[in-house]
Amino acid sequence: MSGLRTLLYKEVLRFWKVSFQTVAAPVLTALLYLLIFAHVLESRIEINGLGYTAFLVPGLVMMSVLQNAFANSSSSLIQAKVTGSIIFVLLPPLSYAEFYLAYVAAAVLRGLMVGLGVLAVTGWFASLEFAAPAWIVVFAMIGGGIMGSLGMIAGIWADKFDQLAAFQNFLIMPLTMLSGVFYSIHSLPPFWQEVSHFNPVFYMIDGFRYGFFGVSDVSPAVSLGITSASFLVVGLATLALLRKGYKLRY
Amino acid sequence: MGVAVSIQQITKTFGNLKALDRVCLEIAEGEFFGLLGPNGAGKTTLISCLAGLVRPDSGQLRVMGFDVQDAYREARRLLGIVPQELVFDPFFTVRETLRIQSGYFGIRKNDDWIDEILDNLDLTAKADTNMRRLSGGMKRRVLVAQALVHKPPVIVLDEPTAGVDVELRQGLWQFVRRLNSEGHTVILTTHYLEEAETLCGRVAMLKHGSVVALDSTRNLLDRYSGHTLSLRLVNGDDLPLSIRERASLSGGYLNFHLASYDEVEPLLAAIRQSGGAVEDMRMTEADLEDVFIDVMRGRNAGQGEVAQ
Repeated sequence: MSGLRTLLYKEVLRFWKVSFQTVAAPVLTALLYLLIFAHVLESRIEINGLGYTAFLVPGLVMMSVLQNAFANSSSSLIQAKVTGSIIFVLLPPLSYAEFYLAYVAAAVLRGLMVGLGVLAVTGWFASLEFAAPAWIVVFAMIGGGIMGSLGMIAGIWADKFDQLAAFQNFLIMPLTMLSGVFYSIHSLPPFWQEVSHFNPVFYMIDGFRYGFFGVSDVSPAVSLGITSASFLVVGLATLALLRKGYKLRY
Repeated sequence: MGVAVSIQQITKTFGNLKALDRVCLEIAEGEFFGLLGPNGAGKTTLISCLAGLVRPDSGQLRVMGFDVQDAYREARRLLGIVPQELVFDPFFTVRETLRIQSGYFGIRKNDDWIDEILDNLDLTAKADTNMRRLSGGMKRRVLVAQALVHKPPVIVLDEPTAGVDVELRQGLWQFVRRLNSEGHTVILTTHYLEEAETLCGRVAMLKHGSVVALDSTRNLLDRYSGHTLSLRLVNGDDLPLSIRERASLSGGYLNFHLASYDEVEPLLAAIRQSGGAVEDMRMTEADLEDVFIDVMRGRNAGQGEVAQ
């Protein structure tokens, strides 16, 4: 167990030492989104009986959790690979499962820290309820776990920083931005509503928002089922890559 | 003494390149073993196979009896590797790096041993310095320290003295020799052949992924090169015909490769009998570099070039 604990500690220390960049910066970004969108749309839009700012805050929090979980595991792995320091975690007797758990847990932790930061600075702008707090925690953890795993896959797959950036810009960003952070999918034309239902991030955001207001586009149980299944698939895929030693052991 | 490292029929191909071709080696506990070969011979690939960083196409590797694939946890716990590349994690100080590395091996509260390693590698003053701020030689020392945090019975050093100043090299070898005398098995690859000659009890030479020589350092030196007797005759004197074919000429000296000192007197006697006189004479011991060159060229050092 100690190997896992040390790797987790190392991964947390890694982002914590540069927390201005890894925690404070994304909190500021989320705050800017809030200020701009809330300023423009607060008086014009109401969703599910909520003011726009109140609707937006949980979405921004969850988006920050997801993006930072992805950023943490992916950047840690690509940096270690490019600089060669990955060898320090490949030589010790760490199992594939320990390797996976440490990276994903650190990613979730970073996601939660940023999410809490975003909640702390944006929560002032809306009257938030915490209708079902357990759902908030569960969706944040599972969402962070999925993105942390995807970050591992991207970090293992990418040989260069630009490949990782492509993964982030062309897959992760569209999935999160088009997931209902900024709008309810009920406001979309039927075709795009249908398409949104194939985006697992939609269910993470929707379920997470349910935890705050007790209302959602789809039932939170359905969202939980779909996100859990996604986590299982992505997690097993990551473990399979690690077991195979894909791009880590030749 | 048991077997520390067993390498059986290891083959590894990268694309069209056969990096290792049925390599077999057995290294006993407590040995100081040298792995020599030119660039691209397969030394680092072989070490990477041992470390589990590269998976061989076929064959078996064991560390202290544990298969490096099937029993990788035990095997890796028994192995300390100093990689050839100068790598470091820029986020941490030297002490943090060593504590973290200890933790990966399941060792907590390792500071006594860490302090001892730091002291032996002359790193104590740099313990709280960030890795980024260290010179190349200092980073190399930390790599050595990282490989030793878990007191591995088998230590592999992949060209540890490349780019390291003379003082550190001496200090490093003193430390490694001490570890060896305390029972640690040491495997060394190096380009500095004189290092292998003074340190290693046994040497394997690799060429194009195959072992082309494997013996005790002493035997290799004796078998391949023996001694060289260099003579300069008084002006005008000729070598007698009987020995002319054995000599090679370089820098005004006639060089004779001898298997043993017993051959010296008959040579001199032959010169005297033909009326020649020796003006200057020197004996040189073969060094591993001669052996290395001979083995890599695929010829025996005994076959000197014929004097023209």
